[in-house]
Amino acid sequence: MTPELMEEGARRIEQHQATLAAKGANTASGGRSAGFLRPAIPGGVDTTHGRILYMEDVSVSFDGFKAINKLSLDIAPGELRCIIGPNGAGKTTMMDIITGKTRPDEGQVFFGSTIDLLRYKEAEIAQMGIGRKFQKPTVFEQLSVFENLELALSTNKAVTASMVFKLDSVQSDHLAEVLHVINLSDSVSRLAGNLSHGQKQWLEIGMLLMQDPKLLLLDEPVAGMTDEETERTAEMFLTLKGKHALMVVEHDMSFINTISDIVTVLCDGSVLAQGTLAQVQSDERVIEVYLGR
Amino acid sequence: MRTTLNSVALPAPAPLLSRKGWAAFLAALIIVCAVAPVLNLWVPAGSAFHLSDYGVGLVGRIMCYAICALAMDLIWGFTGILSLGHGLFFALGGYAMGMYLMRQIGLDGNYKSKLPDFMVFLDWKELPWHWTFSDSFFATLFLIVAVPGIVAFVFGYFAFRSRIKGVYFSIITQAMTFAAMLLFFRNETGFGGNNGFTDFKRILDIPIATQGMRMTLFVLTGLTLLGFFLLARWLITTKFGRVLQAVRDAETRIMFSGYNPLGYKLTIWTISAMMCGVAGALYVPQVGIINPSEMSPANSIEIAIWAAVGGRATLIGPILGAFIVSGAKSWLTVAYPEFWLYFLGALFIGVTLFLPQGVMGLVRRILARKKGESA
Repeated sequence: MTPELMEEGARRIEQHQATLAAKGANTASGGRSAGFLRPAIPGGVDTTHGRILYMEDVSVSFDGFKAINKLSLDIAPGELRCIIGPNGAGKTTMMDIITGKTRPDEGQVFFGSTIDLLRYKEAEIAQMGIGRKFQKPTVFEQLSVFENLELALSTNKAVTASMVFKLDSVQSDHLAEVLHVINLSDSVSRLAGNLSHGQKQWLEIGMLLMQDPKLLLLDEPVAGMTDEETERTAEMFLTLKGKHALMVVEHDMSFINTISDIVTVLCDGSVLAQGTLAQVQSDERVIEVYLGR
Repeated sequence: MRTTLNSVALPAPAPLLSRKGWAAFLAALIIVCAVAPVLNLWVPAGSAFHLSDYGVGLVGRIMCYAICALAMDLIWGFTGILSLGHGLFFALGGYAMGMYLMRQIGLDGNYKSKLPDFMVFLDWKELPWHWTFSDSFFATLFLIVAVPGIVAFVFGYFAFRSRIKGVYFSIITQAMTFAAMLLFFRNETGFGGNNGFTDFKRILDIPIATQGMRMTLFVLTGLTLLGFFLLARWLITTKFGRVLQAVRDAETRIMFSGYNPLGYKLTIWTISAMMCGVAGALYVPQVGIINPSEMSPANSIEIAIWAAVGGRATLIGPILGAFIVSGAKSWLTVAYPEFWLYFLGALFIGVTLFLPQGVMGLVRRILARKKGESA
């Protein structure tokens, strides 16, 4: 390296520092070009922009049939969002896309502001904190309610860790809290196989809650429940709201009326209307798709 | 709010054994270690309390079977994977022990050679490579668990990774043991062909065909069975055991809960195979012979029958099942040799029709009824 070049380099660095110092007075970060005190946590969900789930222009087609067509939807942290729509509107497909079961042809799906869900597999998405409950309850029938919840607890799940696992006091408090939320405190030692259909649904929701999900997707949670069980489920959802974001797909309008803030109506794979239940029920287009006029 | 939460009584972790369980365990321990030896060695042969040498051999053998049944219960009863190839692991442990016992014959064989008789007969000049460590007792002890363990691990890894389940898994385990049997039947594999190994003389340089040695092996087998029972009981009372049951009941659900079933299945499968290997190694010196017929598919199926008759997923049931079925077999094949197969068939039909939960299921039902009456 020649002396001329070295001199030139030194001169440039000086100049650069001078410009930075001149700017320094009026920037909050003291002249730094990046926000070093606001690091993005790898794998962490960034909800500083007020959105836990963000879908934009998502489309997917099966054999030419557009199941989802330019769907855009977003959900705030702690929100309870109800999704309604006629059969074939794309409700289940939308959940499949969020959980990684189906890949969209185009569009974006973000969890928080930073995590692109389309890059991950089902199990990874589940571990990030998106819990999904399918229509048919599946619990471990030969194990007790307590053991079912204990298995679902988020902890080290390797073989050797399981052999020496002991429930600590924080975890038992969490477990007791979930038991309370899902109304099964009196059935701790009962075999899950002996529970009623509705109780099995609650137990499965409880198993999702044990993993501390940030977003819960619930597909027809009150289908097949008695009126009393439906009522209790509504109460349960209202307590969960705020701590977790919930997306509930349901057909039971009185149930939706009890729990909903904002209802999204899907039709033909895109959002038809959005608002309170009363608003969407009086919407001309919604009446049209439901009554077929 | 907080107080109501804390008032939920969470069940305490299950103890290894209940008080009654420990009492029964202790009783079994005393019978094996003290009562049986005294009745056999010190009570004179004419006495009504004398335990005959035949009896010692029979019970010792059945305890080996019971270890296999226990191993089967871990993999079938608790994990829901029916193996029809556990006879292979039993035989592998037995062959490892058999090789050591063959070397112990030394120069006392028919041909007065350092090589085992069958090798002299085949005109072999030196030991094949896989007999390298057969001279050492400690290496043999290691091989008894390592060989079945490694075979099971490799086989299980590929089978479970490919998510082979249910009846397909049962069939390939059956094929595995059948293939191994054909391999061991061949003279050139160096396992004595269809005659296998026999004519054992010594173990640890002590003569093998004495009353004292027979009793020692009996006590060792009994202790192993009781030890394995505790091990199995410990395994299933941990969270590991509950994950196994969850794999059995809803494998996809357990995957959604963040567990990888592969590791769990592979671990219990390998442990189960190792237990069978130990059982085989204890079996061979007691019966004095090991040959490839131990790998025949029928033997493996019989292990499953013991577990089913006793009651799956109960641990104690399969042990009882082994005693009931093998006891009946040895009595019937002597008393009414032509009726044994009819009896086995009737047992099958009876258990399937009337005792789907096995003998233990029946016992539990009776206990529950008694409790109901007293309440």
